[in-house]
Amino acid sequence: MTAIAASRAPKATGTKGPGAAVAPRRVGLHVFLAAVSLLWLAPLLLAVYASLRPYQETAKYGYFSWPHHLSFAYYREAFTQSGMAQHFLNTLMIAVPAVLLTLFFASFVAFCIARVRIRGGFFILILFTAGNLLPPQVMVTPVYELFTRIPLPYWMSDSLTMYDSYWGVIAIHIAFQTGFCVFVMTNFMKALPEELREAAIVDGAGVWTQFWRITLPLCRPALAALATLEFAWIYNDFLWALVLMSSGDKMPVTSALNNLKGQYFQDYNLLAAGSVLVALPTVILFFILQRHFIAGLTLGATKG
Amino acid sequence: MRPKADLEPAVTAGAPAAAAPAAAPDQGRRRPRAARRRIRRLTTRDRLVITVLLGLPLLFTFVLVWATTLASIGLSFTNWDGIGSAKFIGIDNYKELFTNYPPFATAIWHNLLWLGFLALIATPLGLLFAVLLDRKIRFGRFYQSALYLPVVLSLAVIGFISQLIFARDDGILNTVLGTTGQGQHPVDWIGDPHINIWVVLVMAGWRHAGYVMVLYLAGLKGVDPSLKEAAAIDGANARQTFFRVVFPVMRPVNIIVGVITVIEALRAFDIVYAINGGTNGLELLSVLITDNIIGEASRIGFGSAIAVVLLLISVGCIVAYCMTELREEKS
Repeated sequence: MTAIAASRAPKATGTKGPGAAVAPRRVGLHVFLAAVSLLWLAPLLLAVYASLRPYQETAKYGYFSWPHHLSFAYYREAFTQSGMAQHFLNTLMIAVPAVLLTLFFASFVAFCIARVRIRGGFFILILFTAGNLLPPQVMVTPVYELFTRIPLPYWMSDSLTMYDSYWGVIAIHIAFQTGFCVFVMTNFMKALPEELREAAIVDGAGVWTQFWRITLPLCRPALAALATLEFAWIYNDFLWALVLMSSGDKMPVTSALNNLKGQYFQDYNLLAAGSVLVALPTVILFFILQRHFIAGLTLGATKG
Repeated sequence: MRPKADLEPAVTAGAPAAAAPAAAPDQGRRRPRAARRRIRRLTTRDRLVITVLLGLPLLFTFVLVWATTLASIGLSFTNWDGIGSAKFIGIDNYKELFTNYPPFATAIWHNLLWLGFLALIATPLGLLFAVLLDRKIRFGRFYQSALYLPVVLSLAVIGFISQLIFARDDGILNTVLGTTGQGQHPVDWIGDPHINIWVVLVMAGWRHAGYVMVLYLAGLKGVDPSLKEAAAIDGANARQTFFRVVFPVMRPVNIIVGVITVIEALRAFDIVYAINGGTNGLELLSVLITDNIIGEASRIGFGSAIAVVLLLISVGCIVAYCMTELREEKS
């Protein structure tokens, strides 16, 4: 008891309420954290600020000056000029199926390793995790060559091959990202209580029911955390779309920013507006799922 | 059968416990029961489900990740240009790479610099943030979000934001420093090949620290609080408790963070590609590979040789990771 009180002592002084004297160390902590947070947010805030001001103004007074005109004009321009609506749609066509399938497959693999305890499970885990650590550039050429040789019917891809189609990009994302998710999900499932599943087994539930109805609902925090991370990663991918697609109108939204780059003249304010627009979906998703985030990432048992 | 390994989950039911505090007293009750149970009889239907749903992702990973990696190694011994037939030329690509390709040494140096910066500055910073934010403090959620936010941004976006801040003539940094006026010599943060790598490193570290923070926040949640209490009983102060008890106990997380740091440093690509295509002082291995393979020259054999060098460096880390996991599994 005394030990608990002693270890919690510094915490207590800070949370007594506004009336209590605040320990000086607490003030220092808050000053430090506030300063760092501001420093961390500054580039984003400055980008938002710049995007609201006309180029003539920032060119004349510099980016670090009081505003004369503020408007959302650049956002409208960035959105229409780069064809962003189409590119957003392209990204969703890639990211949504890729994230859902990755999470589904990874959960099942993790379930087999952590719960069913199939033979060789540990090596399957290593196979997936280590695969995720390989640099993607190593796979670029063979994947490209492979995809140009896999024919697809017209209704699936107007290029008639896996190359230059969403299918190829989705497939490589699933193959590559499953590794990380298997790793996190395995650790998470190992930490889940077994009682429910045991009861289900006694009632004669098969592997699928144990997985889909019993185990998966308990994994919601981990799935939320992984969904955020994976969506951000796949959404932000630059390399695979560049390598595996050739039609400009199929490109994801990250490459739409390139459409905003002028040939001779760079309007940075316009670029800033475009960057903010591109960043918005992942930021919004993060705030929606934030509550689950830390709770969902169980990265490994820490025994004493 | 493996009582020790089976005990692990019970000790660190950190995640569910955090979601529902009521689960905590449950832990003690579960411990003695966890030791039993091994694989159960599976019905034919179960086997079918497992074969299909485990087989599909395995097939994906095998074909698209492992087989293609092996194919790349094969290609690195040829002079293939992507169109004609490939001719085996032994280790000529590697010879040229090490003797007659100046960007290679620069790129290796930049990747090492990247690794050093992330490992010595960004990662410890992320750990520090996690330790500071692991307690319940006011505005904790805000600080956490602010520090994490860069992680969800694409490096391409970060690249564009960097230009806004570091541009020579009207960038924010030079304006703040007051070096943009008449007769001044503003620093060309992005254009100067001796400086720009540091600018890029700062931006990459900005993002990496938030990522590491999240991983350690998750790791700290899993640390058994009774360990800290025990340390406090033994008279350890906060610093001793952290470095002698908490940090060593987080070994699995430390390994993951270490591996991620190395891999991020080796994989770095988007941010330099967005800034200037990875030229003029921003050469990286990943950029050289991409340039050779999908560039106009289309020197696929040669690009693959660079990829293999990158692979060898990564494999070192991967093997180190697997060894520790294996030891963990056996204990």
